[in-house]
Amino acid sequence: MIRNPGRGQMRLAVGFCALVATMFSVVFWSEGTVDAATAAANGAEPEYASPLELLFSPQGERIYVLCNESDEVRVLDAATYAPIKSVAVGHQPRGFSLSPDGTRLYVANSWDDTVSVIDTRTLEVMATWPVGAEPSGVAEGPKGDYVFVANRISSDIAVLDALTGVEEKRLMAGRGASYLTLSPDGKRIYVTHIYPNPPALRTGLENRTPPESEITVIDAQRATVVDRIPLPSIAGVFHLAFSNDGRLGAVAEYHPKNLIPLAHLEHGGAFAYTLTVFGADVGQPVEIPLDELDRYASQPFGVTIAPDGSRLYVSLGGSESVLAIDVPRLLHFVHSRPRPVSGSFAQDLSASGNYVVARIPVGHNPRGLALSNDGHRLFVANRLDDTISVIDTSKLRVAATIALEGPRAVSALRRGEQTFYSAHYSFQGQISCSSCHIDSTFDGLQWNLEPNGFGRDIVDNKLLEGIKDTAPYKWNGANPDIGTECGPRTEKYFWRSENYDDRTLTDLVTYIRSLPARPNRWHLPGSELTPAQERGKAIFERAVDKFKKPIPETNRCSTCHSGPLGTNRKLFDVGTKRATDNPGLLKAPQLTNIGLTAPYLHDGSARSLEEIWTIYNPDDKHGRTNDLTKDELNDLIEYLRTR
Amino acid sequence: MKRFINKKWLAMALVVGAVFAAAERRGFAQEAKHHFRGALLASMVPEMPRFRFENFTTANGLPNNHVFAVLVDGGRIWAGTDNGLGLYENGKWKIYTTADGLAHRAVLSLALDKRTGDVWAGTMGGLSRISGGRIDSFTQLSSGLSNNIVYGISIEGENVWIATAAGACRLDLHTNQWSLYNERNTPMAEIWSYAVSATPTKVYYGIWGSGVLEYDQKTGQWDKYDDPDGETEMVLFKDQGLIHEIVTSVSYIEKDKVLWAATYFGDSHYDGRYWHNFLVKDSGLPSNFTNQVKGVDGKRAWFCTDKGLAYYDGVNWAVYTRSLTTHKPVMTVRDAKGIVTEIPVTSGPAHNYILGIDFQGDDIWVATAEGLSHGILQR
Repeated sequence: MIRNPGRGQMRLAVGFCALVATMFSVVFWSEGTVDAATAAANGAEPEYASPLELLFSPQGERIYVLCNESDEVRVLDAATYAPIKSVAVGHQPRGFSLSPDGTRLYVANSWDDTVSVIDTRTLEVMATWPVGAEPSGVAEGPKGDYVFVANRISSDIAVLDALTGVEEKRLMAGRGASYLTLSPDGKRIYVTHIYPNPPALRTGLENRTPPESEITVIDAQRATVVDRIPLPSIAGVFHLAFSNDGRLGAVAEYHPKNLIPLAHLEHGGAFAYTLTVFGADVGQPVEIPLDELDRYASQPFGVTIAPDGSRLYVSLGGSESVLAIDVPRLLHFVHSRPRPVSGSFAQDLSASGNYVVARIPVGHNPRGLALSNDGHRLFVANRLDDTISVIDTSKLRVAATIALEGPRAVSALRRGEQTFYSAHYSFQGQISCSSCHIDSTFDGLQWNLEPNGFGRDIVDNKLLEGIKDTAPYKWNGANPDIGTECGPRTEKYFWRSENYDDRTLTDLVTYIRSLPARPNRWHLPGSELTPAQERGKAIFERAVDKFKKPIPETNRCSTCHSGPLGTNRKLFDVGTKRATDNPGLLKAPQLTNIGLTAPYLHDGSARSLEEIWTIYNPDDKHGRTNDLTKDELNDLIEYLRTR
Repeated sequence: MKRFINKKWLAMALVVGAVFAAAERRGFAQEAKHHFRGALLASMVPEMPRFRFENFTTANGLPNNHVFAVLVDGGRIWAGTDNGLGLYENGKWKIYTTADGLAHRAVLSLALDKRTGDVWAGTMGGLSRISGGRIDSFTQLSSGLSNNIVYGISIEGENVWIATAAGACRLDLHTNQWSLYNERNTPMAEIWSYAVSATPTKVYYGIWGSGVLEYDQKTGQWDKYDDPDGETEMVLFKDQGLIHEIVTSVSYIEKDKVLWAATYFGDSHYDGRYWHNFLVKDSGLPSNFTNQVKGVDGKRAWFCTDKGLAYYDGVNWAVYTRSLTTHKPVMTVRDAKGIVTEIPVTSGPAHNYILGIDFQGDDIWVATAEGLSHGILQR
């Protein structure tokens, strides 16, 4: 991409100023972060590319680079790495793929709910199609009749007419559907998702049962779901790859251990990072760990298998490296070891020594992978460095690093984001903020952080978007600011290892405070409330119940959930205290994009918004709601989703 | 069995009797005689579909013999029973229970989303979606569903229309919004909703004690069809309007703009202008007590009654049942003149109490109180 040098110099200057400002803010970090965040909001933040995904053209002469923050696809010469062109696409593109004949490049633009269709001959956008909520992955079917789009928010697959882009139907996928892979024979499309599926039935122990995920298998010709491969104990599933012969499939995933106290981080207690391998070469799907005894393979994301099937590569977003796995050794391990009843070797930290042959350091937050057609070069998108590492697969080391055009200075915000995604600080490199706040959001899980004792105060993970003005933090309001939340408490209870220095913490806080709320899909900017939402708003704001009795101010929705963020930031007892909870008082949580963040209540015991009131509000302590009819409660929920 | 005998039929019976007597003297096998008589009679009665019934019970894999609903999905047959959801595929039954996520063991209604292949099951404890083997359930506590007793489901586009014991509702699969319809926002006098039939233009609800509700998709307006005489035990004026207020089933044929409605006191046909009603006394219905009606088109329909299965081709009736005394299968055909003829058959539905029907090409699948029946068309 050709940039205006004047603008580049300006960004450098701004970056330098931000750096200085950040250094001065070490003591008064809270105020300093306000400045930095404001600067970012004013557009002074350097415009990074943030390469997220990579693709080779069918003949291998080009590399397509999906740039998540600069909203473009950059096209590079695969031999010289020289830029060929930059193609502007929609906002926050998250996934892309080529049509089977290579003539079209589809780009899923996650924040404006569109797919850009790029003509690869002219490198021009030939169409922009509206799709579902937060498209994150896209793939064209083998016959060129359908385009499949994974919608993260609506957790489904939109099936589009490949000629017109008109949506024909949607297929239910896993929660947070994001990544699509066409099988080598073109018959099936495999879809993964980043949040765990909701429990099928109410048991009363939803927040204490292992998470479950799936690989959704779609018949690519009929465009119907034909199978769902269960992924037990998995929450967070990313890219999936096949060997060229289709006999081996592998998917990158997180295996959280959220049912035990996080104190056991030093005992391997927070996460296992694994692959589930499946296919004819494997038999029944089996989960194999990537972690080593004293070094974790934090946050696997991209997966690719060498053309000759000899090697499998996995990018580790948190460990800032790429793993090389010897496939024959992996298969030997799978077939020679007695298979656990669970089908999982995740608890065996010695297992990876049998098949991991190299761990290759790359840049910050490596994500997408692309192998050259001959399998000799592996390209790695270092999202938070604006670089691409080129790994010589014969030597298993980085042979070159391609710096994408753009600002080279690393801003405070960018440093903070690097810290957010790096597992460097935690014991044995197990976790980072992004292990639980996937893509800076949440994970849909409940954790025992154990500051108040083992097995006590189980808490639901919360969305980070738009939290900068919602202090105090934590469900019990124990942390007066993000610095306390992310600094001493995190270091003590999460990392069990290295503390942040002051600047690192300040940068991290700056980044977290900068996270905006994504567009609300139930109430897009400029749109009117629907009649149901209007009725719900009236219920939310009412001061008198249906029996004409005044509702005490402290028992109105609009009191505790007041203001634009939906919180007055005070502590209340809403009658949800459990026997395992120490405090009964909870901070009124903000309502930002609350429609996305099930389950609900401080411990995640309410599977849906409805259950907050149908099950957990028998005494009207969580607002006066027991006078409402079912349709009125539905209206209230329709309104809440607009917040 | 009713039999109307006139001179023509008497003469024919004598001929047939003579032929049988001769055949018997010559030592024909009883089976051959049976077929011979059938062939003779068949040449004189309207041609109506004949089936060889294969019946499924718990003895050959059905989860429970009380089958509330049946659904055909290509080569796959779903049976909603009193104790689980059965899927018959490739000659084997797979059973889904609450352990798999089904909302309740008793499955009352079934619907297929033809676009996605998902199957929706209405149960005594909520609504379940079965998709690629995964079951997600919705209840009145966990979702916007109005009531857990789900008697009817119909899929139209992105909308799932649901009939529950406490009103009607619609789930928009795009927005996940639940819309509830009851006495507060429709002309529904009672909220006990028994059945729904949804199309892109009209949605019809059968309401227990409140007639038929019609929702116009274009205008968003509700209309209502009641029994005009208001009498529960009699019909003052035939074809004046809906036959009875207690509506158990509706089936709207959009291409012909015809509504079929079933009640426990007879059945109705409505073409948008005229009503035509069916009672035992003036039609081929074996009983006025009808659990389900399923239209084939504007003229043809199947009726599931407590005394057998009936088919109406617009002129003639066929009834598939079993003798109450011998339990032997019986098929009768009633022509336009009201002449009823027994057709020799060797098999019949598993039980006379018929709860549901669905079509698999020319074959039928029938839900009964004592098993599931596969009616294989005989050519």
